[in-house]
Amino acid sequence: MARNLDRTSHRGDRVSVWLWAAVGAGGSVGAIGRFLLDSLVAEHAGRDFPYGTFAVNISGTLILGVLTGSSLAGNVLLIAGTATIGSYTTFSTWMLESHRLAEDRQFRRARLNLGVSLFVGFGAAFVGHAIGAQL
Amino acid sequence: MPRLDGRELAAIAAGGALGAVARVWIGRHVTSAGGSWPWATLVINVSGSFALAYLATRLQERLPQSTYRRPLLGTGFCGAYTTFSTMQVELLKIVELHRYGVAVAYALVSIAAGMAAIWLATSIVRRTGAIA
Repeated sequence: MARNLDRTSHRGDRVSVWLWAAVGAGGSVGAIGRFLLDSLVAEHAGRDFPYGTFAVNISGTLILGVLTGSSLAGNVLLIAGTATIGSYTTFSTWMLESHRLAEDRQFRRARLNLGVSLFVGFGAAFVGHAIGAQL
Repeated sequence: MPRLDGRELAAIAAGGALGAVARVWIGRHVTSAGGSWPWATLVINVSGSFALAYLATRLQERLPQSTYRRPLLGTGFCGAYTTFSTMQVELLKIVELHRYGVAVAYALVSIAAGMAAIWLATSIVRRTGAIA
């Protein structure tokens, strides 16, 4: 993904301020979207298990799979995919919630959160990529 | 839907913008060819996990309640800086090149290093107490 930015930066190694602004805006949209879906899911599914982060990460991975599988490229993919969806999904919260489950001696839930997210996430990337290639 | 706090949303948006810019900036400087070991994402995810655990543990156990630090730095910055979807798409690209060993190693190292970073940051905060 970094190569997309490099392409615009060959001239004097300066990336357009507007491009960075768009990356930032994408990050804001992604983070807000994550907060909203996480709150909504946690409210309905309860807080015994981090369903909110799971829902965010799987849906985001599906979308990123579609984007990377499609013919999108360059700055459009950078802003929609890397910046926006990259910020929508989160690795750190996934790790923190898994650690806190294990710390509360809920080892089964901790293992489930790690394993199911990893495998379902991979499946979502695969399915998304296949859908994107059809578009 | 919980009631939305405009300032909280603004803090998340600001942190999210910074997190995305930081991740893209690092991605530009730590380039790896498609299908090879994704150093940039790994470094980002592990360092972001460390930062989130440090912050979350301090806010929960050390510092008085602060309204906007968690949404700005935790939900906003660390959440947006680290990424789950990019890791999965990278895994898919590695698998498509039939480099199954690399894919398994990348997944396991990401999770092991991420969990170790969380554990380390949490321990540091609990042992050293409140340093500013």
